[in-house]
Order: sequence, then C-alpha cells, then structure tokens
Amino acid sequence: MIKKICRNIYLILIFVFLYAPIVTLVVLSFNKSKTRAKWGGFTLKWYGSLFTNEAIMGALMNTLLIALVASVVSTLIGTIACISIMNLNKKMRSVVMGVTNIPMLNAEIVTGISLMLLFISFNFKFGLGTILLSHITFCIPYVILSVMPRMQQLNPYAYEAALDLGAGPVYGFFKVILPEIMPGIASGFLMAFTMSLDDFIITHFTKGAGVDTLSTKIYTEVKKGIKPEMYALSTIIFVTVLILLLLVNYKPLEKRQKTDKEVKEAVKVGG
Amino acid sequence: MDNHKRNLKILGSPYYLWSAFFIIIPLAMVFYYGLTDRSGAFTLANIASIIQTEHIKGLFLALELSFISTVICILLAYPLAMILSARKVSSKSFIVLIFILPMWMNFLLRTMAWQTLLEKTGVINSVLSFLGLPVLKIINTPSAIILGMVYNFLPFMVLPLYNCISKIDENVINAARDLGANSLKVFTRIILPLSIPGIISGITMVFIPALTTFVISKLLGGSKILLIGNIIEEEFTQASNWNLGSGLSIVLMIFIIVSMVITEIFDKGGESNFL
Repeated sequence: MIKKICRNIYLILIFVFLYAPIVTLVVLSFNKSKTRAKWGGFTLKWYGSLFTNEAIMGALMNTLLIALVASVVSTLIGTIACISIMNLNKKMRSVVMGVTNIPMLNAEIVTGISLMLLFISFNFKFGLGTILLSHITFCIPYVILSVMPRMQQLNPYAYEAALDLGAGPVYGFFKVILPEIMPGIASGFLMAFTMSLDDFIITHFTKGAGVDTLSTKIYTEVKKGIKPEMYALSTIIFVTVLILLLLVNYKPLEKRQKTDKEVKEAVKVGG
Repeated sequence: MDNHKRNLKILGSPYYLWSAFFIIIPLAMVFYYGLTDRSGAFTLANIASIIQTEHIKGLFLALELSFISTVICILLAYPLAMILSARKVSSKSFIVLIFILPMWMNFLLRTMAWQTLLEKTGVINSVLSFLGLPVLKIINTPSAIILGMVYNFLPFMVLPLYNCISKIDENVINAARDLGANSLKVFTRIILPLSIPGIISGITMVFIPALTTFVISKLLGGSKILLIGNIIEEEFTQASNWNLGSGLSIVLMIFIIVSMVITEIFDKGGESNFL
C-alpha cells in the first residue's frame, strides 16, 4: 500500500515537472499584461489578435508547409530507398546504413553548419528552399529506420508468387509489399512531420534573412520579449493535439472491448 | 530475375545521390574548412585553438553539465520506467500523454517558460517566499542549464528504458524469487543487466544533444555562460569565422565519436557479463 502511494507520488511529481512550463505558457496566453513577469488580469484578446498578426501567421504557414512537403518527400524517397537497400549486398548495405545514421547520431549543430557551408559554396539562395532541402535530409533517416524493419519481416515468397501468377513488378509491389509495410511508412511519416515541425537548430543555420518558421521567430523574439500571441498560438496547437490524441487513443480501446466481447460470445457459442 | 534485381537497386539512386550531396559532401566541407585557413592553406590551428582558455572552458563546462544531466536523467528515468512497466494495462496511452504530448509545444517556448518559473521574482520563488522558505537563485547559473537539459531530454531516457524493462520476461523474475532472491537481488542480478541496452541508447540520446546544445544555455544560462555549442554558433552567425567554427566542430565530433565508442564498449561488456 505504502509502496503504491510512493509510486503515485513519484509519477505526479514527474508529471508536474514536465507540465509546469506548459501550464505556465497556457496561463500566459490569458495574461492581460504584455510582459510575462506580471499578471495583469484575464483576457482573450491575444487569441483574437493572433489571426491578424501577419508575422506569426506567416511563420506558422512556413512551418506547416515545410513540415508537410519535407515529410511527404522524405517518405517517398526513404521508402523507395528501402526497396533498393534490401537488394544490396551485405557490404554495400552496411555502407548505406552507416551514411543514413550520420544525421541521426551527429550533433544537430554540426549538421546545420555543414549544410550551411554546402549552400554557401554552391551558391544556393537561402530561403524556404534551403530549409526544405535540409529538413528532407534529416527526415529521410527516420523514414528509412521505421520502414526497414517492416521490410525485413516481409515474406519474400509472397511477392515472387505474385510475379509467378502474372502480376507485374509494380502491381505486385502495390498489392503485396505496400500493405505489409504501410504501418512503418505511416510511423516514419509522422516522425518526420513531428521532427520537422519542432526543429530549430538546423533551420537556424539554413534559413535566409526574412524567412522565419515558428521556432526561429520565437528565438529572435526571446531577446525582445515574446509576443503574447505566440503563447495563444501554442496553446491552440497543444489543445488540438491533445484532443486528437485522446480521440485516437480512445477509439481503439472501444474497438478492443468490442472484439473482446465478440470473442467471448463466440467462445460461448462454440462451448 | 537478375535484371529485375538490378532495376530494384537503381530505384534507390535518388536517395544515394541525395545522401552523397546533402550528407557526405557537407561533412567533407566541415573538414575542409576546419583544416584550412582563410586563404585556403592547410593548417591545424583551428583545431588547436580548442586549447585557448575560453574554448577549453566551454568544452569542459559542456562535458561537465551534460554528464551531470545524463546521470540525473538515469536516476529519474529508471524508477519511472519500472513503475510504468509494472502498470501494464493503460501505460501505453499514458506514456504518450506524459512524454510525447509536451513535444508538440515548441521546445524553445517550453524552455523559455522555465525562465518565468525560476526568475528571482518568478512563480517558484513567490511560492517559496510565501511559505517562508529561502528563495532559489538558480536562473542564469549552470544549475538552471542542467535543469533545462534534464527537462528537455528526460523523455529520450525514459522511452528506451521503458521499452527494455517492459520486455523483460516476468517468468525470469518469478523464477529468481522462487529460488530465494530478494527484491534487491532481483534488481541487481536480473532487471539491471537486462536493461543495459536501454540505458546505453538512453545515454547516447541524452548526452550528445546535451553536450552540443547552444539553445538551452542561451535561454537559461544568461549570456555569460558559454558552452562549446555557443562558441561554435557564434563563430558562424556573428564572427563569421567559418574556419575556426569548423575546426571546433571537428573537435566536438571527436568527442561524440569517443563517447559512442565508450558506450559501445560498455554495451558489449554488459552483454558478455549477462551471458
């Protein structure tokens, strides 16, 4: 009993530690006073002015656009690359996987400056394009590392059987391989999207002047004082994701209970 | 069929070209800049500049703070992972709620929020002084940076540990108990050795980002405390001395590789102990 209480107290403490800053931000989004140092009363005005703040809305659009394009492109390139990597010999495969691991293991700051040096030397114009190229680069490994295990679990004979039965390679891929690796592709896509959305360091080095994502905008605002609209925006994002998560987590539970029931009934009938 | 296989290999060429151009060439450029001076002549001066007082101080401070943070993360995460894996039923959605959800609030804002909480007249101190307790003076000190590192990287320690511990076969633990092992013995002889892979991947996922951060130190350490990451960042964005910045990055990479090799050795050692 005491053990259980201790456990729960520990969980609560960790929960408080992780959520204290988030609660702070949510509270600040309702703060009438412009500085975060003092409480000036409750207001909803930042939620209204957020949508007319072009700088923040522009940064939000950039962030979403980059995350979406980067995750789609990296999912495509990464998944196709996995098919190829599976067919390489052992030595080539370990070389390719080694290179794939570099952006994940290396310090983000080094990845950022290395891409910055590349763009400077090859006269790329810094802007949305360079951010996008960088994000695709660090997103592909996440896709490959989540699709690859699925690929390795595939039964190779199923695909060959499809070919023997007259399916073309493309048709065979879409009908036999793709459904099997789909969960890996989905989780790779989601991971890439989240990583791109939250990235600051690599964007910091590869963005041009005048182009901002939410992260870089916040970073430049830190010195001058963050606009309260930013708190409002992040509260909206947070609550949206919270609701989505609750929906996604709630549904399978319902389904599971249902199938449990069905199984029980089936057993009853059978017994 | 061979022809078919070759076609499949060619499918990967967009990625192979991509990784050559955006992973290998950029890395080679860091080495090129790091090993040359402004005129393009070969030099080791950029790398040797790590022994300058300011640079070596930044490196040692970063090593010290990230080491302490990693240890704190292990100490906090281990009991947490054990508690979570003990309550099997609802823990998966619980973990998502507690660890993944905060990541959707921008990490700069979350770190910033600690400023509000820790400040001299901030929330925590107001509560402390209301209760008649002594106030904290940790904002703009290395302690605040450690707190920021632990806060940001704790999930990366908890998740691999949880994955590892929840996979331990309960029958093994029950067998040990049946054979007379007490809780402590079960922990030191079974749970701990079996969770070493989780600890190892947790360490690499916490130590390297903590060692190389420049954001957390800037937001919570004030402008006076410079870690090696801050020094490199400033060489690129303010001083525009790319050669020096690249040289210091090479040193940083050497430390990353060394830390990975060390953890790898421990990993192997742990495995052979277990077997």
